[in-house]
Amino acid sequence: MTETIHPPVKGKRVSLFVTCIVDMIYPGTGLSTLEVLERLGVTVDFPEAQTCCGQMGFNAGYRADAKDVAKHFITTFKDAEVIVAPSGSCVSMVRHFYPELFADDPEWHERMEHIVSITWELTEFIVDGLGITDVGTVLDRPVTVAMHDACHGLRSLNLNHQPRALLENVKQLEFVELPGANQCCGFGGLFAIKMPDISGAMLNDKIKAIDSTEADMIVTCDASCLTQINGGLSRKGSPKRTVHIADVLAGRIDPDGK
Amino acid sequence: MENSVIHDETHPNKANGFIQSATIAIQDITLQTALDRGTTRAVNNRVTAMAETTDAAALRQQGRAARLRALRRLPDLLEQLEEKLTARGITVLWATDGDECNAHVVDIARKHNVHKIAKGKSMATEETKLNHALEAAGLEVIETDLGEFIIQIAHETPSHIVFPILHKTKEQVRDLFAEHLHMVPSDDPQALTAAARVYMRHQFIEADMGITGANFAIAETGNLAIVTNEGNGRMCSSLPRVHVAVVGIEKVIETVDDFGTLVQLLTRSATGQRLTTYVHLMGGPARPEDPDGPEAMYVILLDNGRSHIHSTEYAEALACIRCGACLNTCPVYQNVGGHAYGWVYPGPIGAIVTPLMTGIHNAAPLPFASSLCGSCKSACPVDIDIPDMLLKLRGDLVKDGDTDPIMTAGIKGWAMAMQSPLIYSMSGAAARLVTRSMAGKDGTLHRLPGMLGNWTKNRDFPPFAPKSFHQLYQERQKAKQANTGHSEKDAAHHEQS
Repeated sequence: MTETIHPPVKGKRVSLFVTCIVDMIYPGTGLSTLEVLERLGVTVDFPEAQTCCGQMGFNAGYRADAKDVAKHFITTFKDAEVIVAPSGSCVSMVRHFYPELFADDPEWHERMEHIVSITWELTEFIVDGLGITDVGTVLDRPVTVAMHDACHGLRSLNLNHQPRALLENVKQLEFVELPGANQCCGFGGLFAIKMPDISGAMLNDKIKAIDSTEADMIVTCDASCLTQINGGLSRKGSPKRTVHIADVLAGRIDPDGK
Repeated sequence: MENSVIHDETHPNKANGFIQSATIAIQDITLQTALDRGTTRAVNNRVTAMAETTDAAALRQQGRAARLRALRRLPDLLEQLEEKLTARGITVLWATDGDECNAHVVDIARKHNVHKIAKGKSMATEETKLNHALEAAGLEVIETDLGEFIIQIAHETPSHIVFPILHKTKEQVRDLFAEHLHMVPSDDPQALTAAARVYMRHQFIEADMGITGANFAIAETGNLAIVTNEGNGRMCSSLPRVHVAVVGIEKVIETVDDFGTLVQLLTRSATGQRLTTYVHLMGGPARPEDPDGPEAMYVILLDNGRSHIHSTEYAEALACIRCGACLNTCPVYQNVGGHAYGWVYPGPIGAIVTPLMTGIHNAAPLPFASSLCGSCKSACPVDIDIPDMLLKLRGDLVKDGDTDPIMTAGIKGWAMAMQSPLIYSMSGAAARLVTRSMAGKDGTLHRLPGMLGNWTKNRDFPPFAPKSFHQLYQERQKAKQANTGHSEKDAAHHEQS
């Protein structure tokens, strides 16, 4: 994996990639992302032809199909100055695996490299790109939150201090560490379907850790982990829920109403 | 990809039964206790020991560079190694596969009139199933590594490459020792070790031949290195008349300096020790002036599919120094243990090596036995990109048509929808209708149909939202335009009045 060099982003227009899962299941999180960016004075547009980054097919081994989807992504965002997505996993797909998919494709290579260099995860964009750690959020009630580090964000984008720095500056929010915060929740895309017992066992470990904390809610940077963890909490009858960091930063900590 | 490199009828590869074996393992409470204890301790020890180094990241990159350099020069280094070993009075033999390796050992035993063999821990001889071959030839073999000895008397196979009995509790060992060593039942590890020690002492004295593996083979000097905590490797290689070392060809490294880097990465990553109790460098049979040492020493350089891997895009998998860190840190391994993987090498590295060595179609579930969390890569002392190789193997399986037709149809449909905003929004609308009609009172789905039912086996699923972000965004834009329109009108109105 090569280090990506990002051109500076200040003052540039952001094209929002909401991701397919946020688009279809958690659209409120998409609005939160949009609101937070606009609050920071960023001009945001939303290329409406967007669908998905292609990760599902890629992870399942269907590289040709994933490449077709990736081409659609690259074409959709061809006029973007900066692309921001509320997902470390999708950004990791673009940043680390598009170069692998288009390695032997001179026709697409240049366009792909441009897209890779301008694609950011939300908290990474705010903290590392804009240099902001306080987005001015005040929650309407005091809450204690812990964070679950989503694997791809943590290990492939080095997202660790960025979301924590943002959370620590949210008023009315007390931050506690989740034991084993960097341990996978067991989602893994189709892994959860192909190997449900193992995925479920990993989820149980995560839920045990959540039960052991005083946190009212768990924050994460990826809607996929959120789906897995909330699916488990709901099945076990736990009152706790996982919330996307974009929603917390937008002050929307009860996103059930969507 | 070539099909099976290894044909083994005595211990067939059971990797294709991974999902079933894993499910059984998850429900085995004793196994879960052993796994929790073992992997937690191993991870903590490694993290502490690596944090102690002045610059762990630099050390890892140094180790990685040493391994990759050696792999790039593999044929040259093996020739150099052979030359240096030979100059030390060691007989070097080559084995292309397990059968040839085992035949070499049996021949050596016959030549030296050997009856009893003391064996040190060696994963390479697990690959070749050497013990079977030796017993079939009428030879007595005793495993002398405590863990391997327990495996031997329990008639099992190792479930971990460093801690062979990670799957066992001390209570189980108590029962085994009471039966086989006739000791008063005790689950005190010290009492158990003491009993094994007394038994083992006799075995070392009686053995005519010792067999070990090697952790590294240093081409520059012709030394083999082994690290142990029990000293049994040193006993096996110095006390019996004949010593045979079975060494995978990828174990060769260039220099003593590289050994200095790699040995501390190995011990810190494997057991969390700065160095193991014994670090043993072997330099050949006893010379006339030596007070002890074997009369004859053999090194068998084992290929068994390694040169094939070396020729593929998976060559980096051979950089592995067999520390087991990726096993310990892997949430899948932590939950299913080593036996579920069905062959010699379990865990993330096993999920790569097993398909590569035994044929990808004989281990098709293993590349999928990962959530791709990347913890293995982070823990690996030589930074092997295990998740990327798992992904590549998945790609190979699909290219070879080793797929579930329903999955293929699903992915084809998905790819089509994701390339067309229209089909995408229409399928989203359909899924919205279906999932919203299926949701329970609590607003979640408790039971999904078909393959998706695997999700709701142990988790609820959220229904699609009433409106997609696409729709919400369009509404927001319209409202914005209407507002701007209003305020423009208002402004115009104001100006007029």
